Amino acid sequence: MMDEHFASGNSQLHRRNPKVKIIVAIAFITVVAVTNNFTVATVALIAAVLLISFAHLAPGSVAKRLLAVNSFIVFLWLTLPLTYGGEQTIRFGSIALSQEGIHIATLITLKANAIILALIALLGTSTIAHLGHALDSLGLSKRLCFLLLFSYRYIFVIHNEYKKLSRALKIRCFVPATNIHTYRTYGYLFGMTLVRSWNRASRVHQAMLLRGFNGQLIPLDTKTINRNDYFFLATSLLLTFVLAILPLF
Amino acid sequence: MLELKNVRYTYPGTDQPILKNLNFEVADKRIGLIGANGSGKTTLFHLLIGLLNPDEGELLLHGQPVTTKETLRALRKEVGFLFQSSDDQLFSPTVIEDVAFGPLNLGFPPEEAREIAVKTLHNLGLTGFEERITHRLSGGEKKLVALATILSMQPKILLLDEPTNNLDPKTRSRLIDILKGLDQHQIIISHDWDFLSHTTTILYEIAHGHIHRCEEDHVHVHRHVHKAGDHPHHHQHSS
Ligand SMILES: Nc1ncnc2c1ncn2[C@@H]1O[C@H](COP(=O)(O)OP(=O)(O)OP(=O)(O)O)[C@@H](O)[C@H]1O
Ligand SMILES: [Mg+2]
Repeated sequence: MMDEHFASGNSQLHRRNPKVKIIVAIAFITVVAVTNNFTVATVALIAAVLLISFAHLAPGSVAKRLLAVNSFIVFLWLTLPLTYGGEQTIRFGSIALSQEGIHIATLITLKANAIILALIALLGTSTIAHLGHALDSLGLSKRLCFLLLFSYRYIFVIHNEYKKLSRALKIRCFVPATNIHTYRTYGYLFGMTLVRSWNRASRVHQAMLLRGFNGQLIPLDTKTINRNDYFFLATSLLLTFVLAILPLF
Repeated sequence: MLELKNVRYTYPGTDQPILKNLNFEVADKRIGLIGANGSGKTTLFHLLIGLLNPDEGELLLHGQPVTTKETLRALRKEVGFLFQSSDDQLFSPTVIEDVAFGPLNLGFPPEEAREIAVKTLHNLGLTGFEERITHRLSGGEKKLVALATILSMQPKILLLDEPTNNLDPKTRSRLIDILKGLDQHQIIISHDWDFLSHTTTILYEIAHGHIHRCEEDHVHVHRHVHKAGDHPHHHQHSS
């Protein structure tokens, strides 16, 4: 039910302690998120690509995630160059493209892809139970950990219920059109998805309670921090720091 | 050991009680529970394990009322509940994690929890299933793994809600063998008469909100040949 297929693997990154990976991810993402520097964004993307190659993940699955993110970015490319304005423009006949707009769209593209790749490489390679446990031992409040774990957990439940219902529509030859029947059907579909997910979620929660669950997910194999983890942490933080001060050179 | 005393239960938002004046004690080792769809069998299980609270009456474990969080925990350690739908019961990504979930919550260290899980799977003939993804198992495999997740907590009483649903004849007879080999008290809800005749010795029926014990000779094996004869069926001329 829980889709964690990036988490199964035995690469160097899979074997790193989740706590260490969370710290590195936070540092890297913070640096990339706040930068306005073109070089920093480019180097960050290269670093992220390198990182993901260490994780030995199926390229197809990674590409699919990237496609999802970049389909949003397409909208930026459609709007920013046309609307951003600014002094310098590039003219194509009657269309004026803002150079600053293009610059910003490029920067966002680089940053978004670097961040998503780093997230997949660092956090995708641990199971949610391990990450939750790591966050907990890093001092995040128990309630927040719980909330995080379960929102992740139930997104799949909701998605599954939605898939089941829309399959039921399809086998009864439902073809969407712009009419009241379609809107009403979509209304039902939406409503039923929520109701059924709610019911299912509470049944799963009951199953967990019956098995002694008391608010804390305990991972089956405890991860200890070893020398490789310290090495990875030190190198990654150093490189991230270099990335951050790159504009000073 | 486990007992419901003078219990009445009404679902919120409805006015008719589903169960009333109900007295039921898990005294015998193998109890079958029958009743029409919607008669309240699953509701009875939910009351027995404290998922639902009765409007009236009480739930007793070893003679002590189950009211506090601690007694509820003790109850749930002693009683294992196999859901009608295994999809609701399995929630971890891999089989081993799901089976070890209970032992971990009971406070076993991870290595021991893993050992218990591996052993439980082995006893059910599920060796090699450890790393399988739970939501990609077949219906019958899910049912057996769900049973493993409960047995790994070493309960003393098993509540089984329609365990033979969607099982093919082979898996079904495998389940019969497994249940016969288990030492626990078992209460089995089923519409499958033949299954009950193999696995239980005493039969209760729920009807019109009441529970009553059936005649001794109600459970019997009838051996004869006709199409789909191993399926639950009624005889025209009843004995
Ligand atoms: N959450 C609920 N809210 C209101 N009514 C409910 C709820 N759950 C069950 N009921 C009703 O209570 C009655 C008993 O339900 P229950 O699930 O106990 O039946 P059952 O004997 O297990 O049936 P089946 O053989 O179909 O599994 C049914 O009429 C059902 O509609
Ligand atoms: Mg039922």
